Amino acid sequence: MMQFTISRATITSRIAGVFALLLLVVLAAAPWWASSSFLHLAGEFAVYLALATLWNLLAGYTGLVSVGQQAYVGLGGYITFSLALFLGVHPLLAIPLAGLVAALVAIPVASLVFRLAGAYFAIGTWVMAEVFRLIAAQATALGGGSGISLPATVTKELGGKWLREASIFWLALALGAGCLALVYLLLRSRIGLALTAIRDSEVASTSLGIRIGRVKHVLYVLVAGLTAMIGALISLQKLRVSPDAAFSVNDWTAFVIFIVVIGGIGTIEGPIIGTIVYFLLREFLADFGTLYLLFLGTLAIVVMLGAPKGLWGYAAERFGWSLFPVGYRIHFKE
Amino acid sequence: MSDGLVVEGVESFYGDFKALHGVSLALEPGKVLALIGANGAGKSTLLKSICGLVSPKAGRVTWRGRDITGLGGAQTVALGIALVPEGRRLFKSLSVEENLILGGQIGRSGPWGLQRLYDLFPILQEKRHQPATSLSGGQQQMVAIGRALMSNPDLVLFDELSLGLAPIVIKDIYAQLPKITGQGMSAILVEQDVTRALNAANQFLCLVEGRVSLSGKPQDHSRDAISAAYFGT
Amino acid sequence: MDLINIILQGVLVGGLYALFAAGLSLIFGVMRLVNIAHGDLIVLAAYIAMEVIRLSGLPPLVALIFVVPVMAAFGYALQRGILNRTLGGDLLPPLLVSFGLSVILQNGLLAVFTADSRKLDAGVLETASVSFGGLSIGLLPALMFATAVAVIAALQFMFYKTALGRAFRATSDDAEIAELMGLDRRRVYAWAMALCLGVVAIAGVFLAIRSNFDPFMGPGRLIFGFEAVIIGGLGNLWGTLAGGVILGVAQGLGAAIDPGWQILAGHVAFLLILAIKPRGLFPRMDG
Repeated sequence: MMQFTISRATITSRIAGVFALLLLVVLAAAPWWASSSFLHLAGEFAVYLALATLWNLLAGYTGLVSVGQQAYVGLGGYITFSLALFLGVHPLLAIPLAGLVAALVAIPVASLVFRLAGAYFAIGTWVMAEVFRLIAAQATALGGGSGISLPATVTKELGGKWLREASIFWLALALGAGCLALVYLLLRSRIGLALTAIRDSEVASTSLGIRIGRVKHVLYVLVAGLTAMIGALISLQKLRVSPDAAFSVNDWTAFVIFIVVIGGIGTIEGPIIGTIVYFLLREFLADFGTLYLLFLGTLAIVVMLGAPKGLWGYAAERFGWSLFPVGYRIHFKE
Repeated sequence: MSDGLVVEGVESFYGDFKALHGVSLALEPGKVLALIGANGAGKSTLLKSICGLVSPKAGRVTWRGRDITGLGGAQTVALGIALVPEGRRLFKSLSVEENLILGGQIGRSGPWGLQRLYDLFPILQEKRHQPATSLSGGQQQMVAIGRALMSNPDLVLFDELSLGLAPIVIKDIYAQLPKITGQGMSAILVEQDVTRALNAANQFLCLVEGRVSLSGKPQDHSRDAISAAYFGT
Repeated sequence: MDLINIILQGVLVGGLYALFAAGLSLIFGVMRLVNIAHGDLIVLAAYIAMEVIRLSGLPPLVALIFVVPVMAAFGYALQRGILNRTLGGDLLPPLLVSFGLSVILQNGLLAVFTADSRKLDAGVLETASVSFGGLSIGLLPALMFATAVAVIAALQFMFYKTALGRAFRATSDDAEIAELMGLDRRRVYAWAMALCLGVVAIAGVFLAIRSNFDPFMGPGRLIFGFEAVIIGGLGNLWGTLAGGVILGVAQGLGAAIDPGWQILAGHVAFLLILAIKPRGLFPRMDG
């Protein structure tokens, strides 16, 4: 009789888990050992990692390809500034509130854009982001088209320079690691298994279709809320919001899509690899300005056509790697 | 070297599923072959492997001495192979006449043209400007047959000719079959109704799970032997 | 009288939006492709026209003799070289590849032509107008609208009355069986994209005569075209013209209230129609 054992973890994934925890501890202590430019870069890294992880959850696992996530990035920033400026809410407290408000806004938005199928859904989300941007440009109390900076009185609430930079960095770290952990746990849950099954099999998707429709709705709203929290954090990193920057399709959606596509869509590791590649490319090529963007666009197309599962998918297929095991492995014994 | 169709050791996949495990057959010009077998035996995959909608992973398909393995559907039709697909698959946004015209647009010369088809199936002339899918099932099957004939093929592959049609309509269509195949045209007939298929054919081939379980002339084998081959017992 | 004038101008601008939308509608109908770079291709056509005019000295509308075939040939090559490899049921590849293409086009144009805004000079055509009873109709907007009607009528004729249109419809219905009629889908799709970019060339030249343009205008044009398609109903070319007109009128009315509301009013009209009639005002019956 054939015997077998079932496991989720692999040796690589266990080592990776220990390594990730160590990295988190070391990074959390960064304000005491790193320069403020490092904190800034690491904070930005965490922001892109979180955005990419969330976009990947929508596009890679539920087939909801949004090119309008900048709607929630911008919304998060504008809500944070409104709460701090008009209601005197502490800026850090405003971050979770911004997430909550944006999630509430996302409910009616979802019921509209979900009427558009497939690729038209993508452009529908973009229209929504444009609507938000144009409304923000009409908000004269928040500086209209040119935007507004956070006044020094509010900035002071964040503490002195060191504490301000440290707390914004910690928040970025928490959001980056938090989004990653959330998506990991979500995909390990029953919902995640159903989503993966649907992605991998057309038959399953037709038979489970209706129930999954609601799950997609809930996930869209959840991602909107989390994206808005990231947007709130970004507004505090920059201490300024303006319609064109806060609702930028290039900064908050195009780059994020490129990160996920290059790293590997539909995998948890993909966005991590993609963010690393993106930051490396940016460090070396950003001086070339326009050419850098041309290169990034070309790379995304080449990857999509040549290795549709991205760098990670390619490696995982060839070497059987897995850092975040969400599936099960069967080991047969003779 | 045969001037008909020769299939040698063809292996084909339907998605990830290996549907054909080395199937061979030979069909002379002007002959009709009945291809029988249970659902999922690989009949449709074999037809698709011949007309180029499926590319075999191994083996060889030769047509009039020419290797056509792996050629696309657009090329095999130009060489005189036409398919009447399972479920008819008419173009729903085209009228009856447009469906037929499209069938003939590769421009092979031969006896078949619009008028000749309308003589064969007069009802189609009457309804020629209607959307093809607004017709009854039997009439739609006539359009599907007509669309294949319009390319003036030398080999027609009929996939599930009578599926979903009323018995009286099936009888009508089979009554027309000799007129169609009587001109030196060969045909492969995939059919649920084994008796009807064997009566219309000169030879038969029975598939079980992607392998040939029995082949030959209908009159050389008892019905019991064919039935046993069909069920793979 | 003012209100009638605003509506009339909006209707005429709607013709331009219908030109943005017609190609989008065509390629969606034939191959279910939504090309995110559609707007950037309109802008590309405007720059090509600018270069043709600079080299030849031809008036903009005459320059179309060159721009239309150049864009059509580009469309054929683009489809055969890149986009055909993305088609196969899955939604992501065509969407993401065309998104990458959009970024490449924007930054390519920026690298070659800088961010300066440009405009094509059509001379007296831009200012000429006929007025009657207090209403004034500019010659350019009227010509734009007439062109839109002519283009849509021509596409409609092509789609339903010609062998090419038959091939488009058959491939759209069932590409596999169409292959057995001798129709190679890769070539059929390439012809559709060539035709689409021919229309895009006309749209690009009118855009460039009517207003300033720069390398980053594409996404906005894509969105207008997309809204016109959805308002009119998928797969209905005349509906697309109606969608363009509704969008144009909504924008005109919005601008009359406050210039900052022009674009917003168009989006709101689109969202309202999406909320009330998700399949558009004139959906195709068999869809």
